[in-house]
Amino acid sequence: MSIFSKYEGLASALSAVMAGGGRNPFNVVIEKPISSTVGLIEGRETLLFGTNNYLGLSQSPAAIEAAVEAARAYGVGTTGSRIANGTQGLHRQLEERLCAFFRRRHCMVFSTGYQANLGTISALAGKDDYLLLDADSHASIYDGSRLGHAQVIRFRHNDADDLHKRLRRLDGTPGAKLVVVEGIYSMLGDVVPMKEFAAVKRETGAWLLADEAHSVGVMGEHGRGVAEADGVEDDVDFVVGTFSKSLGTVGGYCVSNHEGLDLIRLCSRPYMFTASLPPEVIAATMAALTELENQPELRVRLMDNARRLHAGLQAAGLRTGPQASPVVSVILDDVAVAVAFWNRLLDLGVYVNLSLPPATPDQHPLLRTSVMATHTPEQIDRAVEIFAVVASEMGISRAA
Amino acid sequence: MSETVASVSALIVKTLLANPKVPRDINGSSKIVEDLAFDSLAVMNFVMEIEDTLDVSVPLDRLADIRTIDDLAACIVSLKQAS
Repeated sequence: MSIFSKYEGLASALSAVMAGGGRNPFNVVIEKPISSTVGLIEGRETLLFGTNNYLGLSQSPAAIEAAVEAARAYGVGTTGSRIANGTQGLHRQLEERLCAFFRRRHCMVFSTGYQANLGTISALAGKDDYLLLDADSHASIYDGSRLGHAQVIRFRHNDADDLHKRLRRLDGTPGAKLVVVEGIYSMLGDVVPMKEFAAVKRETGAWLLADEAHSVGVMGEHGRGVAEADGVEDDVDFVVGTFSKSLGTVGGYCVSNHEGLDLIRLCSRPYMFTASLPPEVIAATMAALTELENQPELRVRLMDNARRLHAGLQAAGLRTGPQASPVVSVILDDVAVAVAFWNRLLDLGVYVNLSLPPATPDQHPLLRTSVMATHTPEQIDRAVEIFAVVASEMGISRAA
Repeated sequence: MSETVASVSALIVKTLLANPKVPRDINGSSKIVEDLAFDSLAVMNFVMEIEDTLDVSVPLDRLADIRTIDDLAACIVSLKQAS
C-alpha cells in the first residue's frame, strides 16, 4: 500500500476540478509582476484581483531600495533562530517600530504570519486553559490550537452573544480563557463586531486576542485595524498580524501591553525553532510601514475601490459577501460552476482566488477577490465587466 | 442528571434526521464521518447544534476520539456530569 493512498480522495477531487482540460487553480504561476495590479500569467498581462496586497506596497520603490541597501549592508540571511544567532539589530528596530505604531509596550516578530498565530496561540493557552475560537477562524488559528494543549471551544461566527453563552458554561472552571477573533475574515471579508466582543471580554474576565492580518493598514484612523476603528484597543490584550498583506513583504508579529509577552519568546516553538526573517525583508517592512503611516490616503483609496468592486459585482447580479471590504467574494452554489467561472475569468485576463469547501463558510465555493489601493477605477470596472460577461455566458445571476 | 447516553443518542439522531441529506437508516452505532459522509467542518457545525440544545460545550480535542453517534452521546453525558 502506498503511503499516499490516504490521499486518493484528494486526488479524485483535484481531477474533478481539472476535468475537461481546466487549470489546476492551486498551481497558478505569476511569471512576473508587471506592477502591483498587473502580472504576467500564461504569457498574458492579467489583472490581479487576488493578492492581498491591499496597499500595493509589494512593489513600493522605497521598500525595494531599503531591501537592496540592507542586503548589501547585512547579507541575505540570518542563518539562525530568534533565540540563537538570528536576532540582529534590525529585528529589534522593527519590533520597536511596531510597538510605536500600535502604541503597545511589547512586540515579537515571527518569520511568517502563520507562525505568529501558531506561536502566540499555542504558547498563551496552556494545558489547563480554554481557547475560544470563532467558527470561521483561519487555519493558522486552528493549527495553533492543535499545537497547544488547551481545551478548544468554537463559538458561532461573529456572534458575541454565543461566545458569552459558552463562557458562561465555563463559569467556575479554573484556567485562563483566551478568546480569538479576526479583524476582517479572509473568506468573505466580513468585519468583526469588536466592540461587542470587547464588552463580553470585560464582563467575563476573558483574555482577547485579535488577528488583524487583513485589517491593519486597512481600518482605523491610523491603520491599526478594527480595534482602533471601534475604539476598543485597550480591551484587546494581544494583536497578531502579518507583513504579507498591507505591508507587502512577509513575516508576522504579536504586540501587547502585557509584560509576560517577552516570556513567550522562551516557550513558543514556532518562534524558537525556525530561522528569523532576513535583513532585506525587515528593512523593506520598515520602509513599507513608513509609507503606511505617512500615506493615509492609501486607505481612503482602498476603501473607495472596495466599495466600487462590491457594488459593481452586486449590480452585475452576483451574490457577494455582506460588507464592502478589501476582500470581496462572489458566492456560488456549485463547485463545478465555480471552477468553470474561475477558468473563464483567467482566460479573459482577471486573476482571482478560487476557494472551495470545506475551507469556506457554509460549504459554498467562492471566487474570492482582493482589492488594492493601486487599482484604478478603470481596472475595477474592467474586472466587473469581465465578471458580468462570464456570469452571462454561464447563465448565473442573483435571481437564478 | 436527566440525560442518559440513550436519550442523548436519540436526540442526536432526531437532530440529524432533520437534515434531508442524512441517510434515513441511521442509529446510535452509525459512524459520523463514514456513514453520514460529513467532512470535518460539517461535524463541527453539527456538534454546535447539539451543544445548544443540551447547553454543553464539547471541546474540539474530544471530537478526535468520537466515531459513532453513541460515542458523541457518551462524551456529552460525561461532560454534563462533570459540570
